[in-house]
Amino acid sequence: MVPLSYYLVLSGILFACGVAGFLIKRNIITIFMSIELMLNGVNLSFVAFAAHWHALAGQVFVFFVMVVAAAEAAVGLAIIIAVYRTRETLNVDQVNLLKL
Amino acid sequence: MPIWIYILSSVIKSALVLFILLTAVAYTVWLERKVVGHMQNRWGPTRVGPFGLLQPAADGIKFLFKEDLTPPHVYKPLFLAAPLIAVIFALTSIAVIPFGNSIRLFGYDIPLQIADVNTGLLLILGITSIGVYGVALAGWSSNNKYSLLGGLRASAQMVSYEISLGLSLVGVLILSGSLSLREIVDAQGGHFWGFIPHWNIFTQPIGFFCYLMAAYAETNRIPFDLPEAETELVAGYHTEYSAMKFAMFFMAEYANMITVACLATLLFFGGWHGPIFGPILLQDLLPVFWFAAKIFVFLFVYIWVRGTLPRFRYDQLMAFGWKFLLPLALVNLIATAIAVAW
Amino acid sequence: MISVHLILFLAFGAVALAGAINLLAQTHPINSALSLIAVMAALAGEYLLLGAEFVAAVQVIVYAGAVMVLFVFTIMLLNAGVEENTKGSKVAIMFGVPGVLIGSLLVAWVVLRHSGTEAVAAGALPGSPKTLGSLLFHEFLLPFEITSILILIAIMGAVVLASKPPTSPAAPTLTEVVD
Repeated sequence: MVPLSYYLVLSGILFACGVAGFLIKRNIITIFMSIELMLNGVNLSFVAFAAHWHALAGQVFVFFVMVVAAAEAAVGLAIIIAVYRTRETLNVDQVNLLKL
Repeated sequence: MPIWIYILSSVIKSALVLFILLTAVAYTVWLERKVVGHMQNRWGPTRVGPFGLLQPAADGIKFLFKEDLTPPHVYKPLFLAAPLIAVIFALTSIAVIPFGNSIRLFGYDIPLQIADVNTGLLLILGITSIGVYGVALAGWSSNNKYSLLGGLRASAQMVSYEISLGLSLVGVLILSGSLSLREIVDAQGGHFWGFIPHWNIFTQPIGFFCYLMAAYAETNRIPFDLPEAETELVAGYHTEYSAMKFAMFFMAEYANMITVACLATLLFFGGWHGPIFGPILLQDLLPVFWFAAKIFVFLFVYIWVRGTLPRFRYDQLMAFGWKFLLPLALVNLIATAIAVAW
Repeated sequence: MISVHLILFLAFGAVALAGAINLLAQTHPINSALSLIAVMAALAGEYLLLGAEFVAAVQVIVYAGAVMVLFVFTIMLLNAGVEENTKGSKVAIMFGVPGVLIGSLLVAWVVLRHSGTEAVAAGALPGSPKTLGSLLFHEFLLPFEITSILILIAIMGAVVLASKPPTSPAAPTLTEVVD
């Protein structure tokens, strides 16, 4: 039997890794992937709580999180492609001027 | 049944199914060469063994002895991993496919399926989704602009047609009420009016058409095989591969074909249902024979289409997938839902 | 105390953690993408342990099989190379990594201290497609319909943002050729 807190700790560590990646990394795409990692950590805690309190609404919420993550990934990657076309770089440190 | 019997029977079933699947892959290549040859008014392989039946063995030995070249500028970890990913996921999806009812041996009822999962259909869809990575990573890691474009085109095609594939299966799902492959086949037992079998092909013809088209595109076969045709883009995503790694891509493609044929029989043609007669052991094995016969018919249709039709251009291919097949699958879904709700 | 459930949880959890740390440690985005796929697959295993079989399947099909394919496509199209070490990133690593480590350890300590011994059984709440579907279409109907509109907006936005600009006088780059 696995206590609920183990799932929550794993979810928290994944979320923390996502935050760390978001702050540390300099490539736009890797920053985006850290956001996806954060969302995955949150999904795990949703499903763990759903199992703990026998509330299926937790699993339904995971769907909505996944849908939002997919939509955000699509739009975000389109923005990244548009930024790459004008700035020719994927390094966030170099995308710091409003007008070239 | 006790746990050790379960584990032992699972191991034996896995080994047997894997062996039969790999032999079937090899002989599907032979079948294709013979059938396409006869369609083109020539013989196909005839010299190696009677009717060229030992040709796959000769091909296997050739692939083993060929020089396995790794070009210097490739990204080595992914270059080596991509054919492995393609083959592993092509061979894994056979694990949830049931071949027949149970077989009674030594007093135990052993189901003829390696893993009866509640959501078997979703598992196959998931494995198909992961199989896209084999193609995409092969194209990218080869560090070659033709491979990159071929790999991107092939994976974009596979991802686009996955949607129509999934939607065409939902019609069958509504009629059967379950995602487990065994229960979908069980829902197709019985007859209409005494002699027409209760197969989903009669209740879901549009769904079958959508499934077939989407499956041809997923397995990158003609008429959808632009990304790997020899006259386009050199050889697409497997340009830089030689010998055993190339053979692995080939095996993955033919194993995917066989999985698609298995799914089509299970979902639309009643699986293993067919006339049953004879003593107990024969009664248990006859469903497997009917299943194999139906798969053979599907593979023949695959090869027949390959020998007959020209291939689509890439923009025609994507337009067909998004602008025709997807709305058709949605219309089929709505019509089935309305018909069931009444 | 050591049950198969615990061993499987630790195995999947170890893979997920290794993938997450590898995502941070790798410099080439394609390696980070592949480790993220490993994290998602491990999480699908964790969902199976919690009895959420449909959510696990959807995680593999949608997240690992479609969203990550999109990421991998973008990395391949834009030819993202190894990322550089600028001054900002060195500062971020010096302060960020210990900060996040301490933060997560603090959270873990608080959670473990204040939880009881109630355990989550393996397969505690079977989330079959039927029950989830009835929930989606009865109690959560409005969010369901709104998310479908959200996806439509996202599709339109992505197509508009990624399409070619009207005039491109220079020689076409790889992105324009492939578009």
